[in-house]
Amino acid sequence: MSNNSATNSSLVIAQKAVKQLRLEASVRRVKVSQAAAELKTFCLQNAHKDPLLTGVPSSDNPFRPPKSCVLL
Amino acid sequence: MSQDPLEGCRISAGKKSAVSLGKALHPPNLLVVVEGTCGACVAASPVSAPEGSCSYNVAHHHLCVCVRVCMAWQGLQKGETLASLKQESENLRRKLEEERGKLTDVELHQVAEKVETVAALSIKTRRVLKGHGNKVLSMDWCKDKRRLVSSSQDGKVIVWDAFTLNKEHGITLPCTWVMACAYAPSGCAVACGGLDNKCSVVPLSLDRNENVTAKKKSVAMHTNYVSGCSFTNSDMQLLTSSGDGTCALWDVESGQLLQSFHGHTADVLSLDLAPSETGNTFVSGGCDMKANVWDMRSGQNIQSFDNHQSDINCVKYYPSGDAFASASDDATCRFYDLRADREVAVYQKDSIIFGASSVDFSLSGRLLFAGYNDYTINVWDVLKGTRVSVLFGHENRVSRVRVSPDGTALCSASWDNTLRVSRT
Repeated sequence: MSNNSATNSSLVIAQKAVKQLRLEASVRRVKVSQAAAELKTFCLQNAHKDPLLTGVPSSDNPFRPPKSCVLL
Repeated sequence: MSQDPLEGCRISAGKKSAVSLGKALHPPNLLVVVEGTCGACVAASPVSAPEGSCSYNVAHHHLCVCVRVCMAWQGLQKGETLASLKQESENLRRKLEEERGKLTDVELHQVAEKVETVAALSIKTRRVLKGHGNKVLSMDWCKDKRRLVSSSQDGKVIVWDAFTLNKEHGITLPCTWVMACAYAPSGCAVACGGLDNKCSVVPLSLDRNENVTAKKKSVAMHTNYVSGCSFTNSDMQLLTSSGDGTCALWDVESGQLLQSFHGHTADVLSLDLAPSETGNTFVSGGCDMKANVWDMRSGQNIQSFDNHQSDINCVKYYPSGDAFASASDDATCRFYDLRADREVAVYQKDSIIFGASSVDFSLSGRLLFAGYNDYTINVWDVLKGTRVSVLFGHENRVSRVRVSPDGTALCSASWDNTLRVSRT
């Protein structure tokens, strides 16, 4: 049984691989130029909302270095 | 060929059972693969039967196996041999490359030529979170943008308030190397797992005196270490990745396995869920150097990318959900577009020779933060492919980087036992 099952399991693996590749080959693709243009548009449209990119005024920054209080 | 070949067969549990098939359903090279999760252990154990007969041994396994006739029966045509299948495999792979190549009319950085360069960033460390006794392996932000959870090699999971540096909860796990942790969307629980081969969910109590560890509940069970975990859109489902080469979706309440994802041929090191509300795909990366995109409902691997030349340590979706990035031991980070179905950028430099362990995008997706084993964090311009900045400060490998949910801060976890929160 062992010899037969070894061949059979590599057969199974090979069949699975072929089936998977057929599935992947059938995926619908768009041109890189179109995909890249959409990525670029997304970045630019959201850039102003990106605090790490544009920086945030110190007064809004909850992580700013704590200022010391002066007791009058 | 659409009939159920096991129609009319009786399968009984017990030491050994013979499945007898009707003559009409018994072509040569029939192979019955019995797979499924045993009630006692979680190993899916395919048992193949010799040609011509179908008997299988379910000794000491419980009855929850499902019999699935494998494709060998459904598809094995005349003359199909191992050699012919391997040849077809090669042909299909070549065809895939060709098809992808045909649509590569331009490179991403060319499309981004006219875009303004990123202004110099002034991101500085604003908080250092000390408290772990050993390497910090993972962290995750809470949706409230100020709390975070971190896990360490010392077996401890800590929930912090990043503004005040207050440690709100401490959970002790019975194992070392807690490699994965995640905050639940509601903020009321955390999930953690690692060398114990499990992923547990711990509800967080508002009562400081309550022993949170006691309420820990095991949800996921793998046959090897848990490398990553993430809640789906609700607290009710948990997705895990494991050193056993699989990913799995679990129901938190019952601990039931809802779906398992097979396809990686080595340890899976990372996973990330697609960001959209209705999203039901996720991406995983592993030691087989592949990044796979999965359909959560069917368990199907829908796209696969094998551009890296070493283990993929981390995968992360781009904010729009149409692309993702990966970090690898080959010292590069790569960017893949899902609709073009190919890699569209490689972030590398001759001077960077250490592996990248973790990546995350800024809110707009323009910046990619990548943590490396040389203790630094490189900030890349996603569109132009150039490095914008380097962040120093950690005194050992950076294991994880995560941008906060509102995009205002970056948290980095390191083998130097600390976490750092950085902002502009």
